[in-house]
Amino acid sequence: MSTDKTNEPEARGCISIRNVSKVYDPDGAKVLAVDNCSMDIKAGEFCVVVGPSGCGKTTLLNAIAGFHEITSGEILLDGQQLCAPGKKTLPGSDRIVVFQNGALFPWFTVLENVSFGPVVQGGLSDKDIRDKAREMLVQMGLANIENSYPSEISSGMRRRVEIARAMMNDPSVLLLDEPFRAMDALTKTVVHQFLLDVYDRSKKTIFFITHDLEEAIFLGSKVYIMTTRPAKIKTILDVDIPRPRDFRVLSSSTYIRLKKECLEAVHEEAIKAFTAGEREMA
Amino acid sequence: MTSAAPATVNTEQAPSSFEMSCFCFKQWLKSSGPYLNLLGIIGFIFFWYLFTERLKLPWFNKLPGPVEVYKEWVSDDPAYGISLYTPEYYHHILISIWRVLQAFFLATVLGVPVGLFMGWKKTFKDYTFPLLETLRPIPMLAWVPLSILMWPGREASIIFLTFLGSFFATVLNTLLGVESIDEVYFRAANSLGAKPKHVFFKIILPGSLPFIFTGLQISMGFAWFSLVAGEMLAGEYGLGYLIWNSFIMVQYPVIVIAMVTLGVIGWLSSAIIRVVGDRLMQWKVREAA
Repeated sequence: MSTDKTNEPEARGCISIRNVSKVYDPDGAKVLAVDNCSMDIKAGEFCVVVGPSGCGKTTLLNAIAGFHEITSGEILLDGQQLCAPGKKTLPGSDRIVVFQNGALFPWFTVLENVSFGPVVQGGLSDKDIRDKAREMLVQMGLANIENSYPSEISSGMRRRVEIARAMMNDPSVLLLDEPFRAMDALTKTVVHQFLLDVYDRSKKTIFFITHDLEEAIFLGSKVYIMTTRPAKIKTILDVDIPRPRDFRVLSSSTYIRLKKECLEAVHEEAIKAFTAGEREMA
Repeated sequence: MTSAAPATVNTEQAPSSFEMSCFCFKQWLKSSGPYLNLLGIIGFIFFWYLFTERLKLPWFNKLPGPVEVYKEWVSDDPAYGISLYTPEYYHHILISIWRVLQAFFLATVLGVPVGLFMGWKKTFKDYTFPLLETLRPIPMLAWVPLSILMWPGREASIIFLTFLGSFFATVLNTLLGVESIDEVYFRAANSLGAKPKHVFFKIILPGSLPFIFTGLQISMGFAWFSLVAGEMLAGEYGLGYLIWNSFIMVQYPVIVIAMVTLGVIGWLSSAIIRVVGDRLMQWKVREAA
């Protein structure tokens, strides 16, 4: 992929998470999901959050997305306060989420799905939107499926369409909630490469949640390792592997060293999570 | 959505819906299905014939047998005045169809929006749901006296009864349809900047269409059911009236003619709804293919 157009990082998309905590209070039983979490994500950074399942990573993402409130602390997006206790944050097209199990609308074709954002936001003519959507699909290598319905294409393809749908809105931040979780290893390598290409081209800030260590190191610039619930940051890893990256990275010595560091950090948490009866490990 | 979707994408032009139906029809003929269907029907008629016209079993000996019914049905000079060659037969059919159409139309244009709204706005559901759930189980026959008191003339009260039957089924299924939509689609839509009207028309409406159409098929069944009840008690024409009147007049073969006619028309009306539904929901059709 060429990186001619937008090589320099964009100024927007910088997220500050400051001392954020979240307490769930479903039926009186208070559950601390996130405990005093702070992160500073630079504009254009590919940030990956790793932690055992159910540790509260998604809680953090949902707060940024505007799906629920936080209990204390604050989250800033480009210096503006986004989330704070008692503040009703609405979802918005500047922070698009790609969901765990995919959320392409099954009743719309690929083209209609990709056009959804601009259509509902208004401002562009139908023709402009269609042209823009087609251009996006071509750029993403999805040109020949524009009239298919999501159920007719493979799961890897669906995830790519979903990323294309997000990119159509030119978001400040892309929030990915374990998007490749249910995929087999081969499909995963393809979508990973796809996501890396998209990132290299657009330099969007990416907030990526996963419980897969290898995925985290392969994709991310910075890896935050979380503890078992309540989620706290245990270790921050700088992944100094140059971009563009491809599968050869997986056998490089830096990758192996980082993976080892990562494993050591995570292992302890995995044991904790396991004894606490959590479902699966990082 | 299946995760076991094919790994490659079909780049050819997708087959037209006509070619698709032809293909499906041929496949259907190749399977054992249609022959078993036929066998089931023939078996039923055979036993009917055996019990009534052959063995004349005690419980069956008053019933008209299939041969008797068939002869009456295709006779150009029917003993009881109703056959394929008499205009009265079609008059009854058309009157019944017309009543069902009016009632079904009303039930759909009122029931679908009410159901959608109930699923969309929690407060509206809180107002209406207990009411719906109390009114819905009341058998249509129980409504007959009130509906005669309420409406001037028989026509309006029959249509009202028919309407009630299908209205509740439509509302309930539409509501279930909205509630079946995964929360994640609402989140995705909001995240992409959808306003309430978009959520309604682009998520709630298309997302609940499969349930709505199932509901419409059920509600069509209810419509015929209530229609016959209404016509039996208050009708002057119509298939329900014909059945009841033939019973009183001891014209038993006509009862069966009217019953079979109801069965066929009921089945056809369901089939039409299914076809319309498939047209509107290509995504569902292709998902199944």
